[in-house]
Amino acid sequence: MAYFILKRLVQSVFVMIAVAFLAFSLFRFVGDPVSQMTGVETTVEDQDRLREGLGLNDPFVVQFIRFSSDLLRGDFGFSYRTRQPVAEMITNRIPATLELGVVALLISLIVGIPAGVYTALRPRGIATQLILMTTLVGVSIPTFVIGIMLIFLFGVQLGLLPTFGRGGTVHIGSWESSLFTFDGWKSLILPAVTLGVYQLTLTMRLVRAQMMDVMRSDYIRFAMARGVPLHSLYFRHALANTMVPVITIIGLQFGGVIAFSIVTESVFQWPGMGLLFLESIRFVDIPVMGVYLVVIAFFFVLVNLIVDLLYFAIDPRLRVKEDV
Amino acid sequence: MLAFIKRREPFWLFVHSPSAMIAAFLTALIILGALFAPLIAPSNPYDLSSFSLMDGLLPPVWQDGGRSAFLLGTDDQGRDMISSILYGARLSLVIGLTAMVIATVLGVGLGLAAGYFGGRFDAVIMRIADVQLALPAILTALLIDGIARGILPTEIQQNMRVTVLTLAIALSLWVNFARTARASTFVEKNKEYVEAAIIMGQHPLRIMLIQILPNIVGPLLVIMTVDLASAILLEATLSFLGIGLPADSPSLGTLIRIGMQFLLSGEWWILWIPTVFLIVLVVAINVLGDFLRDIFNPGLR
Amino acid sequence: MLTVQDLTVRFPSRFGDFTAIKGVSLSVAPGEIHGLVGESGAGKSTIGAAVIGLLQSPGYVAEGSMTLQDTDLRTLSTDQAHKMRGKRISMIFQDPQTSLNPLMTVQDQLVETIQAHEDISKTQARKRAIDLLEEIGIKNAETRIRAYPHQFSGGMRQRVVIALALCTDPDLIIADEPTTALDVAVQSQVLGLIRRLADTRQIGFLLITHDIGVIAQIADRVTVLRHGIVMETGKTAQVLGKPKNPYTVDLMKAVPPLDRRLDRFLVPGEDRKSDTDRDQAKGDKAEKWLLAGQKDPATGLAINDLSVRFVGERTSLWRKPKPFIALNNVSLDVRPGTIMGLVGESGSGKSTLAKAITGLVKPALGTIRLQDLDLPHGRDRGRHHPSRRLIQMVFQDPFSSLNARHRIGYILGEPLLHYGFEPDAKLRRNLVADMLELVGLTPDAIDKYPHQFSGGQRQRIAVARTLLARPKFLICDEPTSALDVSIQAQILNLLKDLQATFGLTILFISHNLAVVRQMADDVTVLRYGKVVETGKVEDVFERPRAEYTKELLALTPVTPSDW
Repeated sequence: MAYFILKRLVQSVFVMIAVAFLAFSLFRFVGDPVSQMTGVETTVEDQDRLREGLGLNDPFVVQFIRFSSDLLRGDFGFSYRTRQPVAEMITNRIPATLELGVVALLISLIVGIPAGVYTALRPRGIATQLILMTTLVGVSIPTFVIGIMLIFLFGVQLGLLPTFGRGGTVHIGSWESSLFTFDGWKSLILPAVTLGVYQLTLTMRLVRAQMMDVMRSDYIRFAMARGVPLHSLYFRHALANTMVPVITIIGLQFGGVIAFSIVTESVFQWPGMGLLFLESIRFVDIPVMGVYLVVIAFFFVLVNLIVDLLYFAIDPRLRVKEDV
Repeated sequence: MLAFIKRREPFWLFVHSPSAMIAAFLTALIILGALFAPLIAPSNPYDLSSFSLMDGLLPPVWQDGGRSAFLLGTDDQGRDMISSILYGARLSLVIGLTAMVIATVLGVGLGLAAGYFGGRFDAVIMRIADVQLALPAILTALLIDGIARGILPTEIQQNMRVTVLTLAIALSLWVNFARTARASTFVEKNKEYVEAAIIMGQHPLRIMLIQILPNIVGPLLVIMTVDLASAILLEATLSFLGIGLPADSPSLGTLIRIGMQFLLSGEWWILWIPTVFLIVLVVAINVLGDFLRDIFNPGLR
Repeated sequence: MLTVQDLTVRFPSRFGDFTAIKGVSLSVAPGEIHGLVGESGAGKSTIGAAVIGLLQSPGYVAEGSMTLQDTDLRTLSTDQAHKMRGKRISMIFQDPQTSLNPLMTVQDQLVETIQAHEDISKTQARKRAIDLLEEIGIKNAETRIRAYPHQFSGGMRQRVVIALALCTDPDLIIADEPTTALDVAVQSQVLGLIRRLADTRQIGFLLITHDIGVIAQIADRVTVLRHGIVMETGKTAQVLGKPKNPYTVDLMKAVPPLDRRLDRFLVPGEDRKSDTDRDQAKGDKAEKWLLAGQKDPATGLAINDLSVRFVGERTSLWRKPKPFIALNNVSLDVRPGTIMGLVGESGSGKSTLAKAITGLVKPALGTIRLQDLDLPHGRDRGRHHPSRRLIQMVFQDPFSSLNARHRIGYILGEPLLHYGFEPDAKLRRNLVADMLELVGLTPDAIDKYPHQFSGGQRQRIAVARTLLARPKFLICDEPTSALDVSIQAQILNLLKDLQATFGLTILFISHNLAVVRQMADDVTVLRYGKVVETGKVEDVFERPRAEYTKELLALTPVTPSDW
């Protein structure tokens, strides 16, 4: 077990190094950092002095190591556009994105898993056909269109919910949260649903496919043949076995949630990291782009490490070694 | 008439599945419409002289003020909606299909080789795929786009938009193909017909392309369909975010972004007609994908 | 106790109903083991599923009655039927690896099942579960009960499965191929357990199997089934020993005996075409072509001190993974023009040996020589090494040994093209068509795809493919274990004929001792990667020296010769 976890850790570190390298290459090769940092009136001598000061004349490897160790210490450099420290810009934006992402993921799980189980157990029911049809349309509508539709319906036509921004927020330490005010929740609903719908359809279809596979397995047929009560058969036997592969995908989906929050944040003017990233792309603000990448990859790797640990909790075949 | 086709064979099942038939019909219709857009469309939306501001904001023909020359109305520039949509779909499909083909060739090639040879080559490909997975499709596409902005001089940038966008989408989708091809190859590699070919001393390239590839086509076809839908959605999303195609050569996504400005005013057609068109196209492709999935994974039915 | 009368089961489909079971009647008394035997597609499992009420959707019972004592099984509601399952009828499945829920401990599964049918406290249920495990031969049940299924070996796991079927004290247990996935030693223990349970607890068993030896060994009565229709039913000794129905007669003739060697199996419909008066024209060209390539004397194979190790799974950071030793100093001598039988249970290294000879795995030590030709190991053997043609292989699974996406003509043309025998497409096609006739198929097979053939036909095609390489040495790895007995008899006959005609040398690998006895001149017994015994077939079968060989021979279920 220790070996397995260590192996995954090494893989995660590899992914992080690769992404850091990507970010570094961005910084180093896309445009000239010095000319970005200085104005037109700066002399060539000043530029050269800055270049030397930044260590840009050092060997490539040395630069990359310095870049990585800066990242590790939380020194993310300065934005070309606002001249602010990137670390500050990103950390201000993290709470908004994380709250949006987590609520969206929860919506997708709370609705998606039961719907998947239901449609797997009643494959020929009318409700199942309806749900399946709806989800097919669901995966086919781009996230931004769902956002527009919700804005149009709940914001414009019914005037029930706000259509942009985070509403009232509360500061808990440095964490700015919209989860503690009624107004904040009202603002969160539309973006979270928009972001959750796509993940929901994926979750549902996956749970359904896995559940149908499990329901055909020998051990379910055997449990059926010895009269195990149906509720236990469905949930204790079948659903538990379904969750092993489903958890992997949910881990991967978290990346999708964060990525699509770029779109959602843009539609709802939600002040999160995604919006920041979009702006930085428009202005070719390389340091922000690079750091955003690193942060996203870090979240992704972290979630997937947690998923690996969940495996051990669920599957005894990994936990308990062979003893005949 | 179809008696010579075996029951349960794909074509037989297709002919007996109303939803798949309708979806195929719609997809074919849209693809034909897009292909022959220059012939069918009433006007050319790229040609500034073919429309005038005078005709701006006309509603569809069935609404008060509509004119029969503009069946689905016009946008604020006076461009005919039908023409814009046909040309937009043409652009969306060209980008989507090209990206899908590039992703297929790249992904299947690497996946086949990784699955067949295994070992270190496989490990390298899969670690790259890991990194790619940590940065989801839309992020990769945005990133490549951002890099292109940084590297290419501005005047080239405008001309390269379509190429950059296509490559960005292709590079963000290859992983699906690589992983599917690799997993299927792993299964096939240990089947006895492949062992027989190895024992004979057939060339690895022949084993991969002639023996294994035809056997993994099923799942790949499913991914191709689903990813064509993804590619179209991705293009629409990027254009919507204002990072894709500019307003003077609008794709479906760009049309929707333009239409967004009329969300609050009464000119609903500018937003909703291209939106519905995009959804119908993607739903049709996805229904086809679902149908293929049912055929090639009969277990799921 | 269980009475089935005129049972008819149908599977509706868009193309009309398919009748899987037609008017089947049978009965099982308390304490009786009733064998249900038949070849694939006979509908054995469907009957079992119908009785326990778990027919695969959309199958349904169309006609007939099924009663258990005085309960009419057909009139039960879904809910009643579910309560009855486990309580009165239970079931044992084929594969113990997959029939237990991997995420729950044995205790949880047992206690849950007991409590589902009886109002009883968890402690009591647990106590009964432990007693039961002890009774069916699991030592230290008190502690072992807390283990997960994957912690038990195959045989022990099947005991757990039996305990689960038994824990609610049912009247009837349906056992669907309960020992097919097990090795002979374990099979004999499990069969013994079933016999004991029938005798001591008076449980009725419906034993579904394709293995006539198993039926002969433990069933009291037997019903022979074909295409969903009962062919013959009665006392086991009577039905299998003095069959009346022509189908049963043929079936029994196709079963290879363990205690003697038949020259040829009597296969219905084939006796007309036996060697002497076979239509001379059929496959004549292919035969001449083959004989033209066989001018040199037959080729032998010598294996010396061969060892194969696989890297084990890495479980710890500090310890090196323990290598798994698949073959340990194996030496083998296949005499030119003879058939060497290679027998052993699963995991004995039989298939690894085949893979080492063909270069698919790389041995750590030892040498392999094909007559005067040294065979380099693994990938060191070039793609153009002469042995690539001289050694050919017939595989176990006829469903995966032919590429499903190519036509038969293409598949069979490959060796001709690859080895450069016949560059001309037209001539190649003619030769392939003729070869198809030689192995007993019609030449129109050439334009069909593999899925259009039955298992036996595909195995013929696979044999044709090996012949088209003009081989000297053939490896047959369990060539008939996926086939029904009557088909097996045909394929064995074909192999015997070809060997005699073309003077091939064959390494015949099988777990089935009776089949090896029919085929081989010499035999080698393998266990845990080591040679246990080797010698002439008659010697090894009549006067085995090694304990292990004696045990194998004693435990293999056979039809008694005095029937």
